[in-house]
Amino acid sequence: MTAPQERPDREPADGSITVCPDGPLLVRGDFEILTPSGEPVPRQRRTVALCRCGASAIKPYCDGTHKLIKFRTEPPGPADAGE
Amino acid sequence: MHIPEPRGPLSAALLAVLAGQPTEIVAALTGLPALVAARLAEADDVIEDDDIQLALFCLYELHYGGLDGVDDGWEWHPGLIAVRRLLEEPFERGLRVAAAAAVPEVPPVPAALPVSDGVATVLFALAAADTGPSLSKYVAKKATVPQLREFLVHKSIYQLKEADPHTWAIPRLTGRAKAALVEIQADEYGGGRADRMHSTLFAGTMRALGLDDRYGAYVDTVPAIALASVNMMSLFGLNRRLRGAIAGHLAIYEMTSSRPNQLYGNGFRRHDFDAAATAYFDEHVEADAVHEQIAGRDLAGGLVEAEPDLLPDVLFGATAAMALDARLTLRVMDAWENGQSSLRSGFSVAA
Repeated sequence: MTAPQERPDREPADGSITVCPDGPLLVRGDFEILTPSGEPVPRQRRTVALCRCGASAIKPYCDGTHKLIKFRTEPPGPADAGE
Repeated sequence: MHIPEPRGPLSAALLAVLAGQPTEIVAALTGLPALVAARLAEADDVIEDDDIQLALFCLYELHYGGLDGVDDGWEWHPGLIAVRRLLEEPFERGLRVAAAAAVPEVPPVPAALPVSDGVATVLFALAAADTGPSLSKYVAKKATVPQLREFLVHKSIYQLKEADPHTWAIPRLTGRAKAALVEIQADEYGGGRADRMHSTLFAGTMRALGLDDRYGAYVDTVPAIALASVNMMSLFGLNRRLRGAIAGHLAIYEMTSSRPNQLYGNGFRRHDFDAAATAYFDEHVEADAVHEQIAGRDLAGGLVEAEPDLLPDVLFGATAAMALDARLTLRVMDAWENGQSSLRSGFSVAA
């Protein structure tokens, strides 16, 4: 997967979501994470990894548990960083 | 950092040299290469030799925060750089042997994937195959409070300057790999908040257990292998030709971190330590789940994409990190399971 900053041919968006194979969604840029009622979810870093396997103990964030449960995103999803 | 206690003739002679002025002709300096040669001839294993690892640690320390009372002019003194190289060569050879022994077969990079994804896949596979004894499981379930203190003391040699050795690599990289390393390091250094720096969080954990949180406070108490783990990072970080190794080191470090830190935190919670004590571990569960993706694909993968010849060094850095981590774990677990201290004999860390 090619990082957005390496694709000068494409107008960069304000934020990007990178779909990590067998892993989380990596979210960069300008965004908010909100609860259903609109409250901000506590956030300590600019770039976050959001759980995609459902097994994280610190959802919505990833804690690496996808590796323990052998989470697979196959059949292969989009191989490139989100458009 | 305070001046450590010498651990043999080489480190004693080096510390004597450092006590003088770099502008003076120091007779003892000219004697150092012979002492290095004598020590190397005697040492069975450079990686576990106290005298060699302490000498190297002190030489590297001149490039970090320095040693108390030692003139800053020694940092780039040609005589000391020459000694450092005499020690680095056999150390690097030893690391290559240890890495190959720990991981005899590295899976090939899948040709079907883009290079950076392929490199990340191999590194994740290496991390998943790491099945040695688990310090984190022991800490979670069994470690006593004195053992938790020892655990922190071993880690303190690096964690109180966490991320610094990898920062050396930033100007040696370009493009995607550089952006990735800066993104990770910014997070390591608290994203602009000094109180969120990982080294600061670690100092908080040390204080919560009644330990001295000054950098290097426990350098005299840790075995050579603990110094070697940090020296390895300095070797990789300070030598541009080893930029592949420092990238591989960081990637495997991040990939083997989230779950163990969850378990470390559990060990401290089991003894009723509060969030001030566990903040460091809790932070790493979340942070390293982010970092491992960036370090594997964009840093290590991006570097190999830009410089394909660096793949062997990326894998060397990763497997050497695994090898030394396994050795330190073995040393600590062996002591604990026999009811002994894992620190150097004669030292304890009673709070």
